[in-house]
Amino acid sequence: MAVADTAITVEGAHKKYGDKKALDGLDLLVGRGTVHGVLGPNGAGKTTLVRILSTLLRPDAGRIEVAGHDLVTRPQEVRFRIGLLGQHAALDEELSGVQNLEMFGRLYHLGARHARVRAGELLDRFGLEDTGRKPVRAYSGGMRRRLDLAASLITEPEVLFLDEPTTGLDPRGRAEVWAAVRSLVGGGTTVLLTTQYLEEADQLADRISVVDRGRVIADGTADELKAATGGDRIDVVLRDAGQLGAAVALLPFVGPGVTVDADRRLLSAPVADRMTALSGVVRALEEAGIEAEDVALRRPTLDEVFLHLTGDQRVKEAA
Amino acid sequence: MSTSTSTYAGGAGSPKRYATRAYALTDSWTMTRRELAHWVRQPVQVVVNLVFPVMLLLMFGYLIGGGRGVEGSYVDYLVPGMLALTMAFGLEGTMLAVTQDLNKGVIDRFRSMPMSNGAVLVGRSAADMLQSALSLAVMIGVGYAIGWRAQGGVPGFLGAVGLLLLFRFAMLWIGIYLAMVAGKPELVQAVQILVWPVGFLSNALATPDSMPGWLGTVVEWNPMSHTATAARELFGAPGGESGHVWAAVVWPLVLVGVFFPLAVRRFGGLSK
Repeated sequence: MAVADTAITVEGAHKKYGDKKALDGLDLLVGRGTVHGVLGPNGAGKTTLVRILSTLLRPDAGRIEVAGHDLVTRPQEVRFRIGLLGQHAALDEELSGVQNLEMFGRLYHLGARHARVRAGELLDRFGLEDTGRKPVRAYSGGMRRRLDLAASLITEPEVLFLDEPTTGLDPRGRAEVWAAVRSLVGGGTTVLLTTQYLEEADQLADRISVVDRGRVIADGTADELKAATGGDRIDVVLRDAGQLGAAVALLPFVGPGVTVDADRRLLSAPVADRMTALSGVVRALEEAGIEAEDVALRRPTLDEVFLHLTGDQRVKEAA
Repeated sequence: MSTSTSTYAGGAGSPKRYATRAYALTDSWTMTRRELAHWVRQPVQVVVNLVFPVMLLLMFGYLIGGGRGVEGSYVDYLVPGMLALTMAFGLEGTMLAVTQDLNKGVIDRFRSMPMSNGAVLVGRSAADMLQSALSLAVMIGVGYAIGWRAQGGVPGFLGAVGLLLLFRFAMLWIGIYLAMVAGKPELVQAVQILVWPVGFLSNALATPDSMPGWLGTVVEWNPMSHTATAARELFGAPGGESGHVWAAVVWPLVLVGVFFPLAVRRFGGLSK
């Protein structure tokens, strides 16, 4: 990736809280106009990364550029070019939506009149034009998130940070936020998105960096990462646990990696082609007279991606 | 999510908008307006804050206060003392407001924006000073209603009000600093409780002469006592002694000199 095409450059970022290394030599390149997912479990350093990139925290070491400006030496330049949607709504709960957006517009020095017009536009764009004088405190989770996003977009920032934007939202709220993020991408905004959900990264991100213990441990498109983890999986729950062995022998699974969980009467295996595997499994079980309670195709879980990427070492440490 | 029209003209390129120093006043005014908008939103809270010191005044004036050691009218002695006590208790309101703000996500948005760094604190102090001035006006009005009269003329009156507000200004920066040190609202409550003995360990309600020797000494040293004594002198009230005005000027200035830089440094240190 040529330097001119990068919106975010992070080289060897370190950040310690006391003895705990939140970032331990993290490197990251994000292309201009792309959506980049940062995927990792709680405590992996995702939030620390976003707080550093949005100038809220100073890194201990490392070279970081956002939107073409050095973050440590020119924070104000960076602040003019970024928007931040943190884990918790960064809004004044007592004020209404309009009051919030006007206030932020003034603080971006748009001028009173311009700030008012811009607030109206954004409310309209995010379907919040009818909220009137109602304080943000009385908003639903999804509305609050949309207003928060609107506030992040007042200056049409070059780079937008979204820190777990849908954590704690119901499916409807999640869909609303996803739709809003997608609508931005067309406009050329670079988006850095952290998430614990593979599905979310899958839905929204062009590239994904998997972060663990303050480092990037894998990097690629969603397809590349999933392929590396063994692709999709099929889960079969049998009525009778005694038939698990017979079922494993029968079924037309492709490749190794079958796991059997006798307590849950579950067998799980990676599949290469989803539909072939599904129809093949159902047919084979029927012909052998083995009763299944449930047959389901699914994406690998984040756990499985992690187990795959970090190997057995992590499992031993966790035990 | 219908239209995506935008009037945002890409002003990031305008060098004018980078000069955040030049925007310090505008940003501070925006932050002050935010606090005033909160008042409009929560009028009950504003009224409660104004009524509480009035209640204390009436309680000490009519129920509890004996006016130990006071020569002359107790109400004349009490009112300036209660004005000083009201300014001291303003510390609690400041602490609570700052902690609540710091524990809310909105502070992150402010800090990630190209606004003037100090504007958040300036907005807080402007709103608190305004609230305290309002509180003084109400208390003085109630004082007049229960028979107190300022007898120092207009210059004396203005001087006393000025000293009281100066004392409040010192309490403000102590409050901002302590709130940032305490951090969580639970801890703030603990610090708030300490405001009471410090407030009452003064000559607001009784003269130091009427107290046991060591206590009287502590009370005389309390910066709040100097403010109360100076206010009494300027109001022409009993208990006023000359020579306290300078202490009522110097003490708050010293406190501001210590706690203002501490508070500002602490606020900047949020990014550590």
